[in-house]
Formats: sequence, C-alpha cells, structure tokens
Amino acid sequence: MNLLADSLLELIRRTSAEIPDDVHQAIIASLENEKKGTIAANAMQLIEQNIGLAKSKSQPICQDTGSILFYVDCPVGYDQLTFEETARDAVKLATKKGFLRQNSVDSITGKNDGTNLGPGSPTIHFHPHRSNHVTVRLVLKGGGCENVGAQYSLPNEKLKANRDLDGCRKVILDAVLQAQGKGCGPGILGICIGGDRATGYEFSKQQLLRPLNDRNPQPELDGLEQDVVETANRLGIGPMGFGGKTTLLGAKIGVLNRLPASYFVSISYMCWAYRRQGVALSPEGGIEKWLY
Amino acid sequence: MALLKAKGAIMIQLTTPVSESAIRALKVGDEVTVSGRLFTGRDAVHKYLHEGGQLPEGVSLQGGVLYHCGPVIVKDDAGRWKCVAAGPTTSIREEPYQGQIIRDFGLRAVIGKGGMGDRTLEACRQYGCVYLHAVGGAAQVLAERIQRVPNVYLLEKFGAPEAIWEFEVEGFPAVVTMDANGNSLHKEVFAASQAELAKYI
Repeated sequence: MNLLADSLLELIRRTSAEIPDDVHQAIIASLENEKKGTIAANAMQLIEQNIGLAKSKSQPICQDTGSILFYVDCPVGYDQLTFEETARDAVKLATKKGFLRQNSVDSITGKNDGTNLGPGSPTIHFHPHRSNHVTVRLVLKGGGCENVGAQYSLPNEKLKANRDLDGCRKVILDAVLQAQGKGCGPGILGICIGGDRATGYEFSKQQLLRPLNDRNPQPELDGLEQDVVETANRLGIGPMGFGGKTTLLGAKIGVLNRLPASYFVSISYMCWAYRRQGVALSPEGGIEKWLY
Repeated sequence: MALLKAKGAIMIQLTTPVSESAIRALKVGDEVTVSGRLFTGRDAVHKYLHEGGQLPEGVSLQGGVLYHCGPVIVKDDAGRWKCVAAGPTTSIREEPYQGQIIRDFGLRAVIGKGGMGDRTLEACRQYGCVYLHAVGGAAQVLAERIQRVPNVYLLEKFGAPEAIWEFEVEGFPAVVTMDANGNSLHKEVFAASQAELAKYI
C-alpha cells in the first residue's frame, strides 16, 4: 500500500472509533450538568463509557458508520482521480476490517455487496485553492440523524415563520422538536440559510466541519446560534429524548444567496456520535497533522 | 420533571422467554437488563413479515425480544461470528408493521431507539408487550453484552445490517419507555417540550 492509502485508512479508522476532542469536552460538560440518578444522566454516562471503549478497542463508536463524506482542499492541478481511486480502496479495506459497516445498498434491488462502494459512496468534495497544502476531512454521518434533517421553505404559515431571522429561528427550533429521540441527542445542528434545495443541504453539512467551540464571525448569526442552543436546552427533551437538560451541544449557521422566489432553511442534524476528523497531508501523502 | 426516574429505583432483570405477567408489571421509566436470546430485525425483516414472509426455521419470537439493530459483524480467526458494534436503530420506521408482528409472533419486548407510535402502543397494551429504549450510538457498551452470535438468518437475501442475527446476551441495558398499560414516555416528553417551546417563540 502507498502512503496516501495508509493515511486514508487511518483517517477512517480514527474517525469511526474516536470522538474529536471538541465534541468530547462538550459531552463531558453535559454529563456533569444532568441531574444525577435520572435516566438522562445514566444515558450520558453510558455514552461517555462508550466513547472510551470504542477508542480503546479501536472499534466503531456507533454501528451505523454512516454516509462517507470526504472534503478535500487541494492545490490546482492535484490528481483528483488518483485520490478517488485510493479513497475507494481505503473504504473497501476499512469495511473488511470492521471500521465501517457494510452500509451501501442498491436502492432498486436492495442488494448490499458488502464493499461500501457504489454510486454516491463514498462522496468526495474537492475544493481547489491556491496553496500547496492538501487537507482531507472526513465525516461519517449515520442514517438515524440524517433522517431527521429538515428543509423548510419560508414563509411557513403553520409555524408563523416569515422571511427573516426570526422565521429562521422558528423553523430551526421546530426541527429540534420534531427530531427528538430519533436522532440520538444531544445533537449538533449544521444549518444553511438560503441556497437551493441541493446546495442548501450540502452547505448545512459543511457547517459541521467547524469546531464546536468556534464563534460565528457574523454577529447576527452568532447570536442566533447561541439562542438556538440555549432555547433548545430549555425544552426538556434531553439526551435520547428521555427528558433532561441537554438537547443540543451546538448549532452552526452558514448563509448562501438565494433566488428572490426561494427562501430555504436547511438543517442537518448530527448525533452525539459526531464522527468528524481531518488530516493535513505531506507532499508524499503521509499524515502531517490531525485537524481536530 | 415527573419524567425522571425516582432515586433508588432498582434495575429489573428480564430473562428470555419473558412471561406476560413480568411484562405487564413494567412501567415507563423502569430500567431493565435483558439476558438470554435476542433476534435482530429491522426494515427489510419487518416488510418481509408484513407481506406474509415466513420466519426461518430456528427463529422463534414467541415470548421473545426483537432488537431493532443492524450490527457490525466480522468473522474471527476461528470462523465464528463476532459482533464488534451493535447499538439500536431508529424504531419509528417500523411503525406501519410493528403492531401486526407483536400480535402474530407473540413478542414480549421490542428494543430500539426513539420510541414508536400509537398503533404499536396499542398492540403493547392489547397483547402484553413493552418497548425498551437502548441508548442510541452506544454500540460498544451494548456489543460487550453480547456473549455469542450463534446464528444468522436471511443473510444472503438482506445483507449483513438487515439480516436476522441471533444474539446471546447478558445484562443488556435498556429503559422502558412504552409500557403495556398505554403509557409512553415519548408522548409525554413531546407534549411537554412542545408546550415549553410555545413560550419562547
């Protein structure tokens, strides 16, 4: 195997088995915050135990190892085809080793060939830039949390949500209410205001690449991010929807321009098992640095 | 909130096959452990049984426990199945089928996550079954409670995540969130959180 293949396999293994530190700190804080002896606190304790066990056994944190989403920042002229072939090989090997579940199904025949390779799997997004650095970020997003993602078209009369930030707030909080229990909370929201139906969801997922403890540079969005988390945590939904204090660990909002006729708010829900890692690669393809 | 477990409540131990009286004694909020034999079954299995498919020989759900789970399983060096990750999958997708399956196959408990709807709640009440909530995403803690994987059924037909896996488990932890008396923690939390949200918008 070449160096790039080794690096991608290690990136997949670590993403599947180890929660990134920023998320882990937030989980520990919320565990301490739940009232002792409640089923919410017990669930958080089990989650914390699970995080340790997955890391020490080098096995998946969650059995649903999810959609395999690579985000590659690379110089102009980078050999994307070789990267793609190498990534496919790494995914196949990682599946054989049990770092990934046999998770890719033909939508018409229902056949699962056990390789995790097929149309749309893995998905690789390339972003060229004018620097020599190559960074690869990986998100493994499970189906349970993906299923509770939501896209709202404003105005929404039922929710009294108009085409403004207050309308955005209303639909975001509705998505939190509807997702309860199903999406393995406490959750993290990636949100896109604007865009079209495809770019909106895509950009909402990209928000999940932001570190959990960063702040939005746009004050009105920063305010909305903080407000959504605080309000959601007052609703008593709690871990796994058991009731309790921690419903969200974070919310990240990005904005795209829209057409005059469209006003979408797209919300991607990430479960507590927030599998996201990244590496900076050396020119030879070795791992130089972990990004989270 | 009233939804929180009372301090000092004890862990209730269930062993398969489970009796109807043991199930009817459970109430929402009880923490339980399950020991004995579990069968997994998720989307493909529910649709298959709903459409009149037969349970493979060797699978008995009478008095049994069905686990909504698509595990990660590998073969060890000796050629035995080894479960490396096995948390619950979201149960609500099986709502169109679950009540019928509880009735037809004599299930006493369904383990999953996220809870289920009114039809399943009614089937639990009518036929003596409970919904047990396992902690979603906790695939390692839960896989540790699986002692052995003696068999798998419908593997070729449905693929590994959707197959029926037979697990021997010891002390598998879960919480009763829908009981056989018509109570659902999910309904309570939804109604309470919806009312709370109305104050802030």
